[in-house]
Amino acid sequence: MEHKYSIVTENLTKKFGDFKAVDGISFEVNKGEIFGFLGANGAGKTTAMRMLTGLSIPTSGKAYVAGFDIYSESEKIKLNIGYMSQKFSLYQDLKVWENIEFYGGLYGMSSSQIKSTTKELLSKLEIEKESNSLVKELPLGWKQKLAFSISIMHHPKIVFLDEPTGGVDPVTRRQFWNMIYDAAAEGITIFITTHYMDEAEYCERVAIMVDGKIEALDKPFALKSRFKTDSMDDVFYRLARQAQRSDN
Amino acid sequence: MIEVNHISKSFGKAGEVSALSNISLNIDEGQLYGLIGPDGAGKTTLFRILTTLLLPDEGFAVIDGMNVVDDYKKLRKILGYMPGRFSLYQDLSVRENLEFYASIFNTTIEVNYALIKDIYVQLEPFNNRRAGALSGGMKQKLALCCALIHKPKVLFLDEPTTGVDVVSRKEFWEMLKRLKNEGITIFVSTPYMDEASLCDKIALIQNGSILSENKPSALTASFNYSLFGVKCNQMNDCRKTLTHWKEILDAYSFGEYLHVKTTKGTIGENDIQEFLLAKGLTDIFIKDVIPTVEDCFIDLMKTKKT
Repeated sequence: MEHKYSIVTENLTKKFGDFKAVDGISFEVNKGEIFGFLGANGAGKTTAMRMLTGLSIPTSGKAYVAGFDIYSESEKIKLNIGYMSQKFSLYQDLKVWENIEFYGGLYGMSSSQIKSTTKELLSKLEIEKESNSLVKELPLGWKQKLAFSISIMHHPKIVFLDEPTGGVDPVTRRQFWNMIYDAAAEGITIFITTHYMDEAEYCERVAIMVDGKIEALDKPFALKSRFKTDSMDDVFYRLARQAQRSDN
Repeated sequence: MIEVNHISKSFGKAGEVSALSNISLNIDEGQLYGLIGPDGAGKTTLFRILTTLLLPDEGFAVIDGMNVVDDYKKLRKILGYMPGRFSLYQDLSVRENLEFYASIFNTTIEVNYALIKDIYVQLEPFNNRRAGALSGGMKQKLALCCALIHKPKVLFLDEPTTGVDVVSRKEFWEMLKRLKNEGITIFVSTPYMDEASLCDKIALIQNGSILSENKPSALTASFNYSLFGVKCNQMNDCRKTLTHWKEILDAYSFGEYLHVKTTKGTIGENDIQEFLLAKGLTDIFIKDVIPTVEDCFIDLMKTKKT
């Protein structure tokens, strides 16, 4: 199946018992796009992301990620995506270079590829001197930048970023986004969740989930003009507060 | 109400990891006071010292006339503390947790019910549910009720809104405003810069040091540069181009716009417009911007970095 899209979903649904965590979502993400995936706690973002990364089997509906069927080709999907989250990214008790080597191995890279990528990656982040440090000794901001670099070291078609900048200082947060822009410019599709509404503005298009459904999907300026407001914060607030099954 | 005097704290065998260095703060009675900074800045260490759970290496702190080291027993009676990590009893029900916290302070839910009523009514439908089985937002509300049940004079809230969505965050700050009106002094920490403006006074903390302590409005008024908001067809190129121009002190993303910092009285909107046009950018829109707490934080981080 030939795609101009990086991700396609059609009525994608996940039920836990009677509870529809994800309720028939349909959308497309363009190749090389920075796509923001927003929603209140409990709206279904994580469940949707788990299906798209091949970690959870949908109850019904279709989805293709990097051209592969999430039902029958989830292993191929895993080789073609990157993933990082705020909560889990790197092994704290491994050294910086060990983490890089470990992930390179998981992604099926050869040892010579890993060697050259390690060098390149460390010099780009200007942390050559920290190569032998344990990851837990690095400041949070460095960790997050390292984790992101590792998540794209195998040049995936898509990278999934789950709240990658939570708790990060405002300067590092922006450096992180500069790295995202650079990755997107190289053709990597970015699928990102965030609680920072200023970051929603940095996305080309934004989907907002409410109660398992996608209630809005558009460019940030189009969403703002639809709700006649000049802040994404306001757009999000107005959509999310209608939620029936909020996490509150 | 709270006086923090030159407090330092280090960890590690030889004290090689400095968590706080020479922190001094002043919090007035009845104030809603915000400690604003990223993860790892030292916020939780300071909370633990002020709530008598950790001893400082140097310096001292006094709360309501009591020293946090010498008078810890008396002090604990007037403090309420909601830690960043959920630390209620997961296997007790909502009601049991609340009863337990009331009883260790020698009081009952009924005595101080008025204080928690607004929050507790939302929890009452789940009275018999185990705390561990509550959703994130509900856990947060229960933890707040437990921290309030003995009617503390001072309430410590360590990152109550981290990982919480915009809707719940707004609600939470509404609750804090109501508690402030009850006369409770509130010391709250957050990594979200936009919450700073909701506080009476704030301290910005980074790498264990205070960058600034001020009223939010006074802090932003002290931002001593011109600040422009710039928008055009290609934001990332625009940012890179501007960063390399010697007239520009800094250019960084800020939501829909780039924020462009210049020395006062040098270049203006027209100069930036012409510069960007010459670089081939289009759809340029430039406006004056009033600096926010986040702009100040970025500035202080960059100027104080050694």
